[in-house]
Amino acid sequence: MLINDLASERWLKMFESTYSKIIFKKISQKKTAKYSIYFILALILISFLYPIFSKTGYDEINLDKVLLPPSAEHWFGTDALGRDVFTRVIYGGRVSLMVGFVSEGIAILIGVILGSLSGYFGGKIDSLIMRLTDVMLCIPTFFLIISATAYVEPSIWNIMIIIGLTGWMSIARLVRGEFLSLREREFVMYEKAIGNKNFIIMFKHILPNALNPVIVSASFGIAGAILTETALSFLGLGVQPPVPSWGNILTSGKDILEIAWWISLFPGLFILLSVLCYNLIGEGLKDALNPRQYD
Amino acid sequence: MLKYLIKRLLATIPVFFGITVISFFIINLTPGSPTDLQTELNPRITPEIVEKLRKHYDLDKPVYVRYIKWVKNIALLDFGNSLSPDGRKVIDKIKERLPVTLLISLLSMIIMLIFSIPLGIYISVNKGKLRERIITFLSFFFYSMPSFWLAVILIIIFGIYLRVLPISGLKSINYAYLSTFDKIIDIAKHLILPLIVATTGSIAYLSRYVSSNLDEVLKQEYILLARIKGLPEKVILRKHALKNALIPVITILGLSVPGLIGGSVIFETIFSIPGMGQLFFQSAMSRDYPVIMALLVLTSILTLVGNILADIGYALSDPRIRYGD
Repeated sequence: MLINDLASERWLKMFESTYSKIIFKKISQKKTAKYSIYFILALILISFLYPIFSKTGYDEINLDKVLLPPSAEHWFGTDALGRDVFTRVIYGGRVSLMVGFVSEGIAILIGVILGSLSGYFGGKIDSLIMRLTDVMLCIPTFFLIISATAYVEPSIWNIMIIIGLTGWMSIARLVRGEFLSLREREFVMYEKAIGNKNFIIMFKHILPNALNPVIVSASFGIAGAILTETALSFLGLGVQPPVPSWGNILTSGKDILEIAWWISLFPGLFILLSVLCYNLIGEGLKDALNPRQYD
Repeated sequence: MLKYLIKRLLATIPVFFGITVISFFIINLTPGSPTDLQTELNPRITPEIVEKLRKHYDLDKPVYVRYIKWVKNIALLDFGNSLSPDGRKVIDKIKERLPVTLLISLLSMIIMLIFSIPLGIYISVNKGKLRERIITFLSFFFYSMPSFWLAVILIIIFGIYLRVLPISGLKSINYAYLSTFDKIIDIAKHLILPLIVATTGSIAYLSRYVSSNLDEVLKQEYILLARIKGLPEKVILRKHALKNALIPVITILGLSVPGLIGGSVIFETIFSIPGMGQLFFQSAMSRDYPVIMALLVLTSILTLVGNILADIGYALSDPRIRYGD
């Protein structure tokens, strides 16, 4: 037992000391990725703190102030019901950022579990899981999402679950690939020899070594999930008004673009910028975590 | 090669069955009955009629019985009748939509290739220079843009302010009176904006993929050898590097089929193009479940075919697979 503990402690320590350091060192060398991280953090902070300090609610209707252009009082103007677009965009940021995080979280959870099982055990379990992955990759994801949202109530949670349930395939494949090579390594043989349970070996010892591609793909995945929610909102299947999301504010302004461009422009910019930042972070991580570039 | 082909085709059989299982059960296990739309708001509906309707659509039988019956029917390309008021055969409805979506998907792929390969090479060759950074940034920019936002902007610029391109449908009103040549020009004009929307994101993605592949290949030893031999950079790029860098692009092209078809929902809805994406969205909204299931199965089969073609193309261009086991 003692040897076992020492060994795993050593592995953990190595993991902590070098892994995160390498990531941070590499990523802070990449200016675009660094500033993208700052931007996303600022966005998260503002969207969660602003509602505490502001007096106006996101659904405060004021029919005296309909479709006002941007001004000192209403930074992003007002919409067709006289609601302050800035407030709605900030609140919408909460929803959209959460949709990105939670749905990608669900996708990662499923992808990591299925990929680990598949790569670690191999054989029948592997071929079963991989065929399921093939099938899911064949069906156009957006069709699948639409058919599901058409049947269930389009609440935020349902949308996040549906996007998550249809986005795990690439992660499962990546994790499986890592597991296939890692399970042949000496430390795994050692863990098996001292009689550790499969479950412990898989998730405590192999998984931390297999996370690189998952982290990269998570960043791209969050970007994709935000865009998917936007597209669903456009079709009227996304987060339902009056709860604001960037997607549904953008959609609400698209038909009156010529008389009130500000309603669509600002949420559109926020979507574009945050998705861009997540993609740039993903690209930065890809370079930072590429083992061929460690030396 | 033949052995590889047979193996590849056999591997698609379980995937095909998986597709039918998921397409069927995602519709049949979700809450709500497909007959709801016909019964819910109709005041003359009695419980007996609901029962009759359920019997008519076999909804009183267990799910697996219905699944087996459905699979047997689709093997004969019989997807049943649409639940929409016209009650037409599902297969007929899809048949008139299929060519439109196929045309747009094929054109999209060709456009993607034409633009992304030179762009990818340009990015790779000019690594580190200002113009490379600008193009890289622009490709990220377009990749991050919601496609319908791009569509709305294009409609405003080209359709409303400049009035140079049509913004809806596939044909002009006077289409029937045009000569054959003008007919082609007419359709082409209608397709410009949808194709821009459909391909912009993919071009951005694919060009980055090409350039990162090319970067990898340029690090290989045989390229170093070619440089030591004193070959000019252009010859190295064209004769030695590009071939190997472009092979994986075939696979990505195959993998892009579901994205293209899924994305067709957005641009076909915006530009009112009568393709499968529009039909799918309309059917999903009216819970026309025979059409939904048929479209799920058929588009998945399209993807499957795309993947097989990509794999065959890959095998043909890579001797290691062609002559391998």
